[in-house]
Amino acid sequence: MNVLLDNLPLYLEAFFFGTIRLFVISAIGSLVLGTVLAAMRVSPMPVLRVFGAMYVNIVRNTPLTLVFFFFAFAYPRLDLIDVSYFVAACAALIVYTAAFVCEVIRSGVNTVPVGQAEAARALGFTFAQILGQIVMPQAFRAVVPPLTSIMIALLKNTTIAAGFSVFEAGGIYQNLSERGYDVLVGLLWVALFFLILVLPLTGLQRTLEKRWRVAA
Amino acid sequence: MTAVLYDIPGPRARVRNNILGVVGTLVVLGVVGFVVLRLIQTGQFAPRRWEWITYINIQYLLLDALWNTLRAFLLAAVLSLVFGAIFAAGRLSDHRWVSGPATAVVEFFRAVPLLVLIFILYYGVSRSLGITISAYWAVVLGLMLYNGSVLAEVFRAGVLAQPKGQSEAAYALGMRKTQVMTNVLLPQALRAMLPTIIAQLVVVLKDTALGFIILYPELLYQARFLGNQGQLGGPILQVGIVIAVIYITMCLLLSALANWLEKRTRRSPRAVVKAPAPPDAGPGTGAS
Repeated sequence: MNVLLDNLPLYLEAFFFGTIRLFVISAIGSLVLGTVLAAMRVSPMPVLRVFGAMYVNIVRNTPLTLVFFFFAFAYPRLDLIDVSYFVAACAALIVYTAAFVCEVIRSGVNTVPVGQAEAARALGFTFAQILGQIVMPQAFRAVVPPLTSIMIALLKNTTIAAGFSVFEAGGIYQNLSERGYDVLVGLLWVALFFLILVLPLTGLQRTLEKRWRVAA
Repeated sequence: MTAVLYDIPGPRARVRNNILGVVGTLVVLGVVGFVVLRLIQTGQFAPRRWEWITYINIQYLLLDALWNTLRAFLLAAVLSLVFGAIFAAGRLSDHRWVSGPATAVVEFFRAVPLLVLIFILYYGVSRSLGITISAYWAVVLGLMLYNGSVLAEVFRAGVLAQPKGQSEAAYALGMRKTQVMTNVLLPQALRAMLPTIIAQLVVVLKDTALGFIILYPELLYQARFLGNQGQLGGPILQVGIVIAVIYITMCLLLSALANWLEKRTRRSPRAVVKAPAPPDAGPGTGAS
C-alpha cells in the first residue's frame, strides 16, 4: 500500500497524462485513418483497393515494437520536422491500430445482407442514402463489439510506448526502482489499474455482442 | 461482396472512377515518393550504409538473433497451447471450485498488458522475491500467460459453439462428460478453430519482439545494436528494413497457412460451425 500512497502523484500523472492521453489521441487517429482505409478497400477503384489491402497486410504482420522502432530510431534519420517521443508514439499506435480498425469496418459492411442494398437500389435510393440509411446502421451493430476489443488492445499497447521512454503507466517501474521502492508491488499496482480499466470494457463488449448479435 | 454498394458503373461513372483512382494513386505515390526522396537526400541508399550485409560475422549474428526469436516463439507457442487447453477445460468444468479460479486466472492475464506481465516477471519477481528469471524465460512465460489465456477463450468458444444435438446425442448414448468432450466435441471444435488458433500464433510470433525492451538478444535487439555501430555508418534504418522484411515474411507465411486452412474447412461440408470472431489483436493484436 505504501508503494502506491507514497507515489500517488507519480501514478496519477502517468495514468492521466500518459496512458489516457496517449490512448484517446491514438484511438481518434486510428478510427479516422482506419475508416479512410476501409473506404478505400470497398471503393469502386481497383487501384485504391489494392493500396488498402497492401497497407493492411503489411502492417498487420509487423510487430508493434518494430513500428515503434521505426518511429523512434529511424524517423529522426530522415531529418524532417523534429517531433517529441509522445507524438512519435501516437503516430506508431495510429499506424498500427488503423489496419485492424479498417478490417473490422470492412467486414462489418460485408455482414449486411446483399438484399438490403439491392432492395434500396431498386427503390431508387442514391449511393449516399444506401450507405447512410440502410447499410451503415446495420453494419454498426456488427462493428461496435470488435471495435471495442481493438480499443482494449490499443489501451494495453500504450505500455509499449514506455519501452521507448514515453512517460506513462508502464514507465512507473523505472521511477520506483530509482527511489528504492519494491518494484514487484509497484508493478502489481500498475496491473491492477489496467484490470480496473479493461474489465468493465470487456464486460461492455460482451453485453453488446450478445444484445446486437446479427441473426444469421 | 462490397460491389452491392454501387451499380455497375456506366460510362460517366467509369470516367469519374478513373479520375478518382488516378488522383488517389498520385496521393499515395506522392507520400511514398516523398519518403524515398528524403531517404536519398539523407544518403540512406549510399553503398556504405548497406555494406554491413556483406560481412559474414553480421550474417551469423542475424541468424543467431533469428534463432533466438524462433526459439522463444516455438516454446511459447507450445506452452500457450497447453496452458490454453488446461484452462479451457477448467472453465468448462461443472465444479464451481475448478471453473471459478480458472475464469479468474484467464480474465486476469487477458486484461493485463503483456509488457507489464513481462516486466513483473523480469524486474519484479527477480528483484523482490530473489528468483532470477532470465530474459528468455520472462518473454516465454509472459507470452504463455497472455496468449494461453486468449487461446483458452478460443477453445472454450469452439466447444460451446458446437450444436447442442452433438452433446445431447452423446449423453443419450451413455457417454460420460469426459468422453463427450474428448470424443465428440473437441475434435469438431479443433477443426473449426484451427484458423483462429494459428492466427493467435501469429500474435505470439509478433510479440516476441517485446523481448527487445528487456534486452533479450532477438532480432530487434541486434538491429538496434548494429544500427548504432559507428564504423558501419550507423545503418539503423537499413537494418530496420531488413528486419521488417524478415518479420513480415514469417508472419505472412503463418497467416497464409491460417487462410488456407480456413478455406479448406469452409469447403468441407462436415465443418458447418462458424468460427467466432477472432480474439483481440495483440500488441500486437490482435489487436495484441
